Amino acid sequence: MDGITPAAGRRILPAGPGKVVGRGVARIEDGPLLRGEGRFAADVNFSRQLHMRVVRAELAHARLLRVDASAARAMPGVVAVWTAEDVAEIPPIPFRATKVRGLEPYCQPVLARDRLRYVGEPVAVVFAEDAYRAEDAAEMVVVEAEELPVLLDATAPPAEFASGLDTEPTVVRKEYGEVGAAFRAAHAVIELELSVGRHSGVPLETRGAIARYDASSDVLELHGTAKKQHWNRDEIARLLGRPPNGVHLFEGHVGGGFGVRGELYPEDLLVCAAALRLRRSIKWIEDRREHFVATNHSREQHHRIRAAVDAEGRLLAIDDVFFHDQGAYVRTHGARVADLAAGMLPGPYRLPAYRVAGHFRLTNKTPAATYRAPGRFETTFVRERLMDAVANRLGLDPVEVRRRNLVAAAEMPFARPLDTLGTDIILDSGDYEGLLDKALARFGWDAMQEELAARRATGECVGAGLAFFVEKSGLGPSDGVRVSIDATGAVELVSGAASVGQGVETVLAQICAEALGVDYARIRVVRGRTDRIEFGNGAHASRVTVMSGSATWEAALAVREMALETAGTLLQLSPSELTIAEGVVCRADGPAGPSVTLAEVARRMGPNAPEMRGRTPGLTAERWFWSDHMVYPYGVHLAQLRIDRGTGAVTVERYLVANDIGRAINPVLVEGQIRGGFAQGLGGALFEEFRYDPQGQPLSTTFADYLIPTIAEMPVVDVLIAEDAPSPLNPLGVKGAGEGGTNAVGAAVAAAVDDALRRPGAVTSLPILPAQVRRMLDGAA
Amino acid sequence: MTARRIALTVNGTRHEAETPVRQHLADFLRGTLGLTGTHLGCEHGVCGACTVLLDGRAVRACLVLAVQAEGRSVTTVEGLAPENGPLHPLQAAFCANHGLQCGFCTPGMLTTLAEFLKDSPDPTEEEVRVAISGNLCRCTGYDSIVAATMEAARALREARA
Repeated sequence: MDGITPAAGRRILPAGPGKVVGRGVARIEDGPLLRGEGRFAADVNFSRQLHMRVVRAELAHARLLRVDASAARAMPGVVAVWTAEDVAEIPPIPFRATKVRGLEPYCQPVLARDRLRYVGEPVAVVFAEDAYRAEDAAEMVVVEAEELPVLLDATAPPAEFASGLDTEPTVVRKEYGEVGAAFRAAHAVIELELSVGRHSGVPLETRGAIARYDASSDVLELHGTAKKQHWNRDEIARLLGRPPNGVHLFEGHVGGGFGVRGELYPEDLLVCAAALRLRRSIKWIEDRREHFVATNHSREQHHRIRAAVDAEGRLLAIDDVFFHDQGAYVRTHGARVADLAAGMLPGPYRLPAYRVAGHFRLTNKTPAATYRAPGRFETTFVRERLMDAVANRLGLDPVEVRRRNLVAAAEMPFARPLDTLGTDIILDSGDYEGLLDKALARFGWDAMQEELAARRATGECVGAGLAFFVEKSGLGPSDGVRVSIDATGAVELVSGAASVGQGVETVLAQICAEALGVDYARIRVVRGRTDRIEFGNGAHASRVTVMSGSATWEAALAVREMALETAGTLLQLSPSELTIAEGVVCRADGPAGPSVTLAEVARRMGPNAPEMRGRTPGLTAERWFWSDHMVYPYGVHLAQLRIDRGTGAVTVERYLVANDIGRAINPVLVEGQIRGGFAQGLGGALFEEFRYDPQGQPLSTTFADYLIPTIAEMPVVDVLIAEDAPSPLNPLGVKGAGEGGTNAVGAAVAAAVDDALRRPGAVTSLPILPAQVRRMLDGAA
Repeated sequence: MTARRIALTVNGTRHEAETPVRQHLADFLRGTLGLTGTHLGCEHGVCGACTVLLDGRAVRACLVLAVQAEGRSVTTVEGLAPENGPLHPLQAAFCANHGLQCGFCTPGMLTTLAEFLKDSPDPTEEEVRVAISGNLCRCTGYDSIVAATMEAARALREARA
């Protein structure tokens, strides 16, 4: 077993469009969402519920002296006000599995204890009979604190975090090859200093948490959850001293995830603790201002990178030192984003030697974690800026320098002596140069260059750029799916996956329908519920279609086999002579002849059917898919844009995302992921930034300050979905499609801005704001 | 807290209820009437998720007080299609064109576009883009919403012809 060669006997999804797989069918999720019958967090209500309001720190760094809640407690409708003393027994918020040791002292308490470390940190909570009264009372809580110097720059020398601990919890180091020798032998050494701004997922639905304790069954329920229910269940149970089977998490509709929703935050524990203690249901809904200061930030990194190249522009070595601005505490991801950045930086290129040191540093800002393409949006910007600089230094075409360095199709699978997320990086499949050629042709790259030259001749400031990327997806190790057919013929699929609105139910139903021979639109897909399946690894890291999709395929095939066997007995035919079409088992060689419905087969397999004596009844199967290695989608982004010389505004005119994802289960959903992902990447490239004043006061706390792209900023986007390199690591051949649209936008837009300015290397930071562009235009004049 | 009794028509049904004078219309619709289809994305009038029609005109329900709706007629996303009836052509076109992913901005998009297509039954794509330029969507990248709207406009014209 090498982890790459498929296990013998595994049934592979045949190539080409199937009956329902490979087709852009309508989503099964849409009905309630279109009619206003969805169930988002704020839509969950229980009788006798109390509303929680969080009192948040207004100073970025301070010694907490006293919290006086007496006035708030006396307000009408207020049931309780808690400060740190009231939750002293609840341990800090933990992080998920990581190889990095020593991060525990940097975890966040559910309510601030002795120090305030960022504006927005929860200090106290008010519980009141309605949300308006809770907010009134929260304003009456007096927080006395003594200001301390703030640290807002992750590249500055570390300061003291607590006695004996500084603000650099760890340095992520990876290295292979002879880095020093490569630099000594280099034809040229290129050095760049590059940074990516602080921005994040910012879903349209803010967070929410509604807890209810049912004393009659001794079960604590948490509603409004997302992404990672089973891990969160285990941790909530542990932190509150309950058995996991006495805690259940429920997922309704989720208004966008993007990495930030569904992590375990202080508010989740506070509503649970209050439901247990106050014996009332507790509802908390974050408001938008809170969201900007309380929900995970992401991205902010500063890189000092050097490359050694030979005379032909081939990479000999990369040496990168970067500073990751984690914000005030280590959250649930530990150092994962810095680890991903370090592991994924080499991207699609052959790289004989590599050394990286990622300084994971704390500052007095909202804590950070993952956001769509975490560590890759950042390092694709850095790496592709570097490739453009190599091209410029050696007088090569930017496309040519990439061709010379791309890992070739014949080299796949390509193992790098690197790991990330605890898995070895083995690029599983790909034809990088083939996709580059397809993308250039589709975009009309060469003809466009002439057109741009003509426009420049008339005084326009226009340019084009490209960036190549490698994504990672399908993080294991496991996920399970149970497929059942009941006595009426209804099919139910219970998964350990979650949905953040990306169409999980439709995709799993398509895979199930393909294997079973039923109507996908009538399959009930259960996800995000700990009371229906014991384990699950949730929805993140573009893993659901790979992991839960593969488990669905195998579970549905198992049910199919069971159905054919039972039907074969009933029809006195061999199972190999049978097939299933539209829910009916019939002869494979034609519709004529004997048949039996799946409902009848299920009845024959019911608990009281004589045939089931001594057997476990039910037309049902559960299968678990295991994966030791991630799969690596890849692609290229091409951008064409113009710059307004007066305002410095950048307008992207035309854009192509070419993305090989191995196999598209639903091409329209894939396209939606890529277009939506692109919009978010565009935000990070040109508009979105969490800004702070010198005292650490956040300046981006409304949608008027934090600018997410509207339709007015969206260019014409073309999407090229390639299926040239199916993954050998799963029976569907799929790789995740969630993050490729975002990954390379910053890099491609930066290259195109350079080109428009006719100043190679001009862009060194994201977002590229109009004021900076104007300065660059002045510099160019 | 000062409260006042108001009467208004929501989706064709007359309601009378007490509301604190400081309660905004979205909280009244969601909380007092239980119509949770209207979503709150920012409560400062930028995102457009809470858009409802007040006497046929699109308003941000987070920027209107419930008492301001006294005596007026409100249409929310729940009122676009008859209960248990077929989807409104806009809703059907959103489904057919994948005009939604998470669905959180969708109610505000639908109400905004319902008003727009009444005023502009035969719009250009550019006009559709302007019509939803005040509605944020974080999932789709908007193109599929434009496609859906063009299809719905066609369907509505054909239904009228």
